[in-house]
Amino acid sequence: MAEDVFETETESLPVNPVESYLRMDRMPHIWCPGCGIGTTVNCFAQALDGSDLDLDKVAIVSGIGCTGRVAGYLNLDSFHTTHGRAIPFATGLKLANPDLKVVVYSGDGDLTAIGGNHFIHAARRNVDMTVILVNNFVYGMTGGQVAPTTPLTATASTAPYGNFEQSFNLPYLAESCGAVYVARWTAYHVRHLAKAMKEAFKKKGFSFIEVLAPCPTLYSRRNKLGDGLDQMKYFKEQSEIKHGADTKTIALEFQGKIILGKFVDRERQTYLDTMNEYYSKHLGAAYTPYAG
Amino acid sequence: MKADSRGVLTGPHFIDGDHACCEGAIAAGCRFVAGYPITPSTEVVERIAQRFPFVGGIFIQMEDEIASSIAIQGAVWGGKKAMTVTSGPGFSLMMEHIGYAAMTETPCVFVDVQRAGPSTGLPTQPAQGDMMQARWGSHGDYGIIALCPNSPQESFDLTVRAFNLAEQYRTPVLLMLDECVGHMTERVIVPPADQIEITPRRLYAGAREDFLLYHPGEDLVPSMVRAGDGYRIHVTGLTHDDRGYPAMTTAAQDKKVRRLVDKIRRNANAITDYREDQIGGAEIVVVTYGITSRTAVPAIERARQEGIKVGHLRLVVVWPFPEIAFRELAGTVKGFVVPELNLGQIKLEVERCVAGKAAVSLVGHAGGSVHDPHDIYLAIKKMVKD
Repeated sequence: MAEDVFETETESLPVNPVESYLRMDRMPHIWCPGCGIGTTVNCFAQALDGSDLDLDKVAIVSGIGCTGRVAGYLNLDSFHTTHGRAIPFATGLKLANPDLKVVVYSGDGDLTAIGGNHFIHAARRNVDMTVILVNNFVYGMTGGQVAPTTPLTATASTAPYGNFEQSFNLPYLAESCGAVYVARWTAYHVRHLAKAMKEAFKKKGFSFIEVLAPCPTLYSRRNKLGDGLDQMKYFKEQSEIKHGADTKTIALEFQGKIILGKFVDRERQTYLDTMNEYYSKHLGAAYTPYAG
Repeated sequence: MKADSRGVLTGPHFIDGDHACCEGAIAAGCRFVAGYPITPSTEVVERIAQRFPFVGGIFIQMEDEIASSIAIQGAVWGGKKAMTVTSGPGFSLMMEHIGYAAMTETPCVFVDVQRAGPSTGLPTQPAQGDMMQARWGSHGDYGIIALCPNSPQESFDLTVRAFNLAEQYRTPVLLMLDECVGHMTERVIVPPADQIEITPRRLYAGAREDFLLYHPGEDLVPSMVRAGDGYRIHVTGLTHDDRGYPAMTTAAQDKKVRRLVDKIRRNANAITDYREDQIGGAEIVVVTYGITSRTAVPAIERARQEGIKVGHLRLVVVWPFPEIAFRELAGTVKGFVVPELNLGQIKLEVERCVAGKAAVSLVGHAGGSVHDPHDIYLAIKKMVKD
């Protein structure tokens, strides 16, 4: 009898529309309360929901770290690779099967420290992929160590007296290496973020979105910045949306002003299209354009 | 199935071992190669870059060996047969991704044209110093397959076999050339495509809800699918269950890693390949692989002329090691002479297998040239006397 009541009640509950994009059999996820990564995944699911992509043809590739776990929670062909190597894996995947929409979803340490070399070369080659980088300013999974994105003077477990290294300005890096789409949003700006993801899916070439996200456990706490909500308030209050801003001018500073928006949206022939055009021209009829 | 004739340059060629490796890969159906320049392996990818536009393949020169060794795995999950090619320093950089391929059971081929190390060592000169690295180089436990050609012809033949073994056992396969074999130019006969046997990928084609990416068959090997086939697979280097989902338990670790080791170990008889020459009744057996199998021949012949019963056992497949063959021989021969272009790697494996029942003598050479056959002859003579 009790079972009947329970079932009836369950049936009447509305299903969260993002559930079909997630591997619900893997919940609960590993992220801490107040972490921004889950929020970005929600935006990603909404972006997929609003796109016309065939989900059987979308592959997601992550590296290692907190954001590296994203691939494993998405109900897509998903690849959790080695530390820093999501982009070269995605390069091989995309070139092997150009019909796939390939998305790399990983963290700041993974993509710009150990994986920095691959990041700049994939952007230079303009391999057709969308890279979503969640920047929480530290290495979360290993306990809050300093990263190439840790703002000057912020403390981290391996920068106990504050960070004295210059941090990366990632949109500037991506633009200068050749990315065709570059945007920055935060985990607070969920509608803008979901829209940017949808735009990036439509771009042919290397598209890049930096998403600032709170790490209450290992960044905010150590820097006495409060909890996840406080970090969201900071993102809300200190952000200014400036589409088309010169990426040279938008470096981040510790708890400073944050410039958000779409900075780059341009066309450039992709790696594969360039290869096919070049070989067709130089090798003539002997060359059959590569299509996977 | 048979090779795709479009890629097969049937007929006699006069090419080096590196070029023969390239032709073997194309014949085997490889259509994705990622590499980074390094002597003495570069000729393989140079020829690939030249040939691939005409056979529907993609070659990409990556930013380093780390990228190369994971790009090929992305390509495999995208549906291609793929390989990367390197030499010692690059091989060191690829170790993590040999582990990733082993753990995720990604069929692919790594070619290492060995030069003298450690570190930069002697870039243009031969060695066989990476043999234990081939077996144990990545962290953790796993089984591995490694092949050692001793001629350009065998470089062609074993490259084809490397791809076939990779598909059959869903495993990375290592092709361990040495600089001599890589740069040695000889006659290579490429057979007609319909005489080249190709092992297709073990692709699953049943219902999505019944599919388990890591559920093994009787031979301990699971079948696989490609990204984009609609199965919504998850692939991770974390310890995982049959679905491919992370499983952080000692039980899951035990199950997964034991199978990775056992799928090579239990299939070892089907994988192993060694060549015997006058082993029956031999007093001394010279154990060789790669180029040492050729430098040892004058020494063996000279000793035989003097009436010494010398057998020659050449390892074509070094890993898995033919343990049983050595255990059986250990009871019948006086000892083994092991010339290697390293200071004692496969010699350790021979010692382990004969377990004190026969003498084992290393003819070590730190690399930079091949052995003087006289040194091998002296080692045979010494073993007879002792």
